[in-house]
Amino acid sequence: MSFEPKIVAFLCDWCSYRGADLAGTSRMKYPPNVRPIRVMCSSRVEPTFILKALQAGADGVLVLGCHPGDCHYTDANYKTIRRMAILEKLLEQLGIEKERVRLDWVSASEGNKFVSIVNDITAKLKELGPLARS
Amino acid sequence: MGSEPRIGVYICHCGSNIAGTVDVKEVAEFARGLDAVVMTRDYIFICSDPGQEIIRNDVRDFGLNRVVVAACSPQMHELTFRRVCQEAGLNPYLFEMANIREHCSWVTKDKEKATEKAKALVSAAVKRVYYHQPLVAREVPFNPNTLIVGGGISGIQAGLEIADSEHKVYLVERTPSIGGHMIQFDKTFPTLDCSACILTPKMTQVGSHPHIELMTYSEVEEISGFIGNFKIKIRKKARYVDEDKCNGCGLCQEKCPWEADSEFDAGMGKRKAIYIPFEQAVPNIPVIDREHCAYFLKGTCLACEKVCETKAIDFEQEDKLVEVEVGSIILATGFNLWDPTPIYQYGYKRLDNVITSLEFERLVNSSGPTGGNIVLKDGSTPQSMAIVHCVGSRDKNYHEYCSRVCCMYALKYAHLIKEKTNAEVYQFYIDMRCFGKGYEEFYERVSGEGVNFIRGKVGEITDRAINEEEKGKLVVVAEDTLLGSMIRAPVDMVILCPAMEPQPDAEAVTQLFNISRSADGFFLEKHPKLDPVATTTDGIFIAGCCQGAKDIPDSVAQASAAAARVLAMISKGRVEIEAATAVIDEELCSGCQICNLLCPYSAISFDEKKKVSKVNDALCKGCGACVAACPSEAISSKHFTTEQILAEIEGILI
Repeated sequence: MSFEPKIVAFLCDWCSYRGADLAGTSRMKYPPNVRPIRVMCSSRVEPTFILKALQAGADGVLVLGCHPGDCHYTDANYKTIRRMAILEKLLEQLGIEKERVRLDWVSASEGNKFVSIVNDITAKLKELGPLARS
Repeated sequence: MGSEPRIGVYICHCGSNIAGTVDVKEVAEFARGLDAVVMTRDYIFICSDPGQEIIRNDVRDFGLNRVVVAACSPQMHELTFRRVCQEAGLNPYLFEMANIREHCSWVTKDKEKATEKAKALVSAAVKRVYYHQPLVAREVPFNPNTLIVGGGISGIQAGLEIADSEHKVYLVERTPSIGGHMIQFDKTFPTLDCSACILTPKMTQVGSHPHIELMTYSEVEEISGFIGNFKIKIRKKARYVDEDKCNGCGLCQEKCPWEADSEFDAGMGKRKAIYIPFEQAVPNIPVIDREHCAYFLKGTCLACEKVCETKAIDFEQEDKLVEVEVGSIILATGFNLWDPTPIYQYGYKRLDNVITSLEFERLVNSSGPTGGNIVLKDGSTPQSMAIVHCVGSRDKNYHEYCSRVCCMYALKYAHLIKEKTNAEVYQFYIDMRCFGKGYEEFYERVSGEGVNFIRGKVGEITDRAINEEEKGKLVVVAEDTLLGSMIRAPVDMVILCPAMEPQPDAEAVTQLFNISRSADGFFLEKHPKLDPVATTTDGIFIAGCCQGAKDIPDSVAQASAAAARVLAMISKGRVEIEAATAVIDEELCSGCQICNLLCPYSAISFDEKKKVSKVNDALCKGCGACVAACPSEAISSKHFTTEQILAEIEGILI
């Protein structure tokens, strides 16, 4: 059987969760590997959550928020950008490929973008294989 | 809480929407085995009355103190089920929803995989709800002002209805005058009332209404805030005419020597570089078009300034940014008529006398460039005309949807052409769709006026004659599908009925207001049947053709509905907002003040006495940025606690 990666996707309530809803109401199809978790804002996503997800069995993590400048909470998603940059360095030290964790922006009207991001990361993770946990 | 969690899990079939792809029995069986779950059921429609009753009874009979519903998106029914919990005597926050429709059954092909994903989503919700705490929702005052974007018939209707209740309306229109597409039309089907005659009184009312602040030649630039309390930045573009001084005499446009194509006349006529778009424009104040004004192009002329008696011309005027605060927003931004040039074989812009419906509206309109005379480019009266339906509509290459109004206005054109010129008229249609009140009767009436109806999609419009009769004519080539034979109709003029499509900047507008679009590109309503007026963002409503192609009565009905929704909220006067705010544990706070600077709302302050930070609950919007940043883990966000989210992560990775 081919490797099916597990992906945890943190979706902000205002943009990305609704973007994913739109993909649903538009009956777009995408791989079932992605498992969404709703947060009010991408800035609520603590690096710990991402590490916890990777530790608990996820092969990759998506953090999706409103586009920079469009954040429902003024500029809170800029904090996410900074946090993710630091996390990336930490992942490197832990020997985790940085492609396994991706920050991106999906607005409420971008159902198709949500689908293409999910397609992308699923394909990428299939290439990388399961996350080695020791 | 005290007592141990006792969780009830309800798996909804949503008819076949979920059950068609997800094995709901298997998911229910799976949920039964999860920790603290004491009751599991699957039901065809949990959101229905009997479905809700099941939950209420179970809470009572089985002592449930937590509820999970696996069904549609929480955007759809989270509030419904929170209410059900409340009715059953539970705190509404002891509820969690698993979205197994939008995020699972509708997006997954493989049944087995969809069932596995649904199990993961249910497991996550069950693990999360275990840690839920009772919370109290907060209420804030509802700002009674309303912003309406778009000054066509929908915006006008909604604006008047709200303003008549003596509540303030800000009506923002991008062009120099309100009126929209409707003011360009000649007669309206099926009653043949004159469009301007029924619209201009409403426009005047808007212009002089004590409770409407009309901002034409203006655009919304920024929006922030929430339902009940939005802050809006509006750019009032420079008209180069002082609105307070101008008395609308029109002398400036009379004397202006520079011309450009008239937008109002759909390019069929000319207007000046300084212009009032049309005679009945509201407001009756001109605007200078920089791209055609000699002063802006070459620094000379000033003819308008010289003749203006009130000294209203102001070449130094700059754009102004105006800030307003409103409680709700109605978007009525209208449609765009599709440009049929890409259908090369129809010859639009290539062949003379092939025109669009909007151009014909101006041609046949007594306020139009020809005074209402139907004439060809050379000034002569056409002897025969063809009307081509479904140009870019019901066409997989362009727009799959039906534009809904073309059949009816095409009948109206046939009637007007017969009345004014007695020319031969050919209607080329795919299906006649005359669905509204009085529409079928109008079809019958026009059918009796000697109009030729040909059922067939036009293949080509050409000026290449193959016989004497076709010389100097436009030949419309189609298959008459009722006769099963080809037809070549030589005519003098062809009217194309192009698709109504979303405005070119519809995507930018959805980004600005944080709403969605459906696959056809129009703004997406909250529910296609039961909530066609609201959007996925609370407090933002849609009306008219921005939501989908529709005729005038439907636009007016939707605008009135949107106004009613706004008035209901104004009348309540307050709005419930999420209880999910941040809270700081003083015992854990080290007083580092990192969170103080981080908060986008300056809701966190430092208590110098206690040397700890404090959250102002009234200002906190619950984004959680501070929670994630606190190095001492002293801040927690209610309903999104670290404990809850970690449990959800664990649950979703089964």
